Amino acid sequence: MFSFCADPATLDRLPWFACYLTTGVHMSFYVAFAKVVVLLLITAPVALAFGFLGAMAARAHFLPVSLLGKTYITIVRGVPDIAFFLFFVIALDQGVEWLRHKVLCSDWDQPVRQGSDFVVCAQAKLPLNSAAQWVHETYGFALAIITFSIVFGAFAANVIFGAMRAVPHTQLETGAAYGMSRHQIFRRILIPQMWVYALPGLSNLWMVLIKATPLLFLLGIEDIVYWARELGGTKSGRFTSYPHGDWRMWYFLVLLVFYLCFTRVSEILLERIMQRLTRGQATAGGEAQRKAGLL
Amino acid sequence: MKKTILATAVLALSAGVGLAQDRTVRMGTEGAYAPYNFTNDAGEIDGFERELGDELCNRAELTCEWVKNDWDSIIPNLVSGNYDTIMAGMTVTDEREMVIDFTQDYQPPTPSPYVALSEDVDLETGVIAAQTGTLQAAFVAETPATLIEFATFDETIAALRSGEADAVLADLEYLAPVVEDSSGELLFVGDRVPLGKGIGMGVRKSDSDLRDTFDAAISSMKEDGSLNELLIKWFGENTATY
Repeated sequence: MFSFCADPATLDRLPWFACYLTTGVHMSFYVAFAKVVVLLLITAPVALAFGFLGAMAARAHFLPVSLLGKTYITIVRGVPDIAFFLFFVIALDQGVEWLRHKVLCSDWDQPVRQGSDFVVCAQAKLPLNSAAQWVHETYGFALAIITFSIVFGAFAANVIFGAMRAVPHTQLETGAAYGMSRHQIFRRILIPQMWVYALPGLSNLWMVLIKATPLLFLLGIEDIVYWARELGGTKSGRFTSYPHGDWRMWYFLVLLVFYLCFTRVSEILLERIMQRLTRGQATAGGEAQRKAGLL
Repeated sequence: MKKTILATAVLALSAGVGLAQDRTVRMGTEGAYAPYNFTNDAGEIDGFERELGDELCNRAELTCEWVKNDWDSIIPNLVSGNYDTIMAGMTVTDEREMVIDFTQDYQPPTPSPYVALSEDVDLETGVIAAQTGTLQAAFVAETPATLIEFATFDETIAALRSGEADAVLADLEYLAPVVEDSSGELLFVGDRVPLGKGIGMGVRKSDSDLRDTFDAAISSMKEDGSLNELLIKWFGENTATY
């Protein structure tokens, strides 16, 4: 990156590190931090949406919908994350390709499953074999977001389902006494009041999600933990201009600091949201706020 | 008769599609197994197999794209069609041949050595470290020695240095530079263990056209001596050649 990096072996310690930390592989390492943050920022709202839909379905009066919601919550919560990440993603990918295969190559005369091979026609591949590498990576990233969202959505659904039940029934009855429809009660009374009950559970989920990102490598996405292990490993002078010993401890220390900072910032933000949601609620926290305001 | 002709026509047509020159072949590798394949300072895949693979694609007139994949899931992802070949220092074995096909070998079989911190370790019943899912791990599991497995080769060496393992059993090509760089700390000990049938390129069983294409390219590189040049360039003068 810098002009003096041409022959790293001759450099002093400080410029050596300046060169070492700006190599192409280190750039990939820094990009991986951005990838993790972007993944979390997209996954959180999508998972919340899955959770909300799941909870609404589970509460539905129409039995099939309610069963669907409850099945989703129970099954996804019950399956170990690693199993889900290994099998579901390959199955999802193959399912999409199989559908495209049926549509695009209807004249194909060979079976899709040949022994252990999964074979679809070249046009049905997603992304196409000829697509640029970044397209493949973006596709993998999208699969990761969907998978994370489904898994964490199930947990969120359970939290929201519980929170909806925690809203005092008298509140809903009051709404009915005022002549509101079921839909109006749901939107105007239940949802605004449920968040304060849901937030502690949801914030827990967010914390777990932050630390679940190393699962990404199972999906072929090179996350920060992968790079820390790869870059920190002993490097022989034959294959790199920057030979060094086993530095994994230092790289993992950086990850530790990153995760701790991220967690701390999240805690502060979640606390603010909690304060905001508590305002005017018929809970102990809301009551305390009211008194503090009056005194 | 009519049916046979039709089937032949379809076959010829599909073979034509398979071998079209604009087909992009995705080459799967691990990227953490120097000098076979590793990630260089620029973040690109480099090494013996990168150079060999590019030359093979060149001769076969294919466009090739390199893909990095974790070693543990490298065969499932090939079979599932996420890439088309494996060039990752993968030794041809009977077990692997049950799931995927291999081209002819592009590196002759070499015996695997033990590496330890001192001459007097007990290789018969001691603790031997090896990478998960390798021939070496399978071999140690068959002996009375205690096997500890690690996801990467780096970790096996780290375990040896920390005293967790008495010795490491691995490919000579990988261990040689590590021993050389350790300035006498690590030593080759005991007899070398002959394992495997050489290293070949893995392809799906259903992809025999691609296998034949690469087989022909490897043959042509063996005949004109360019494969030997590459082997000597990456593994030194004393390496086994064709």
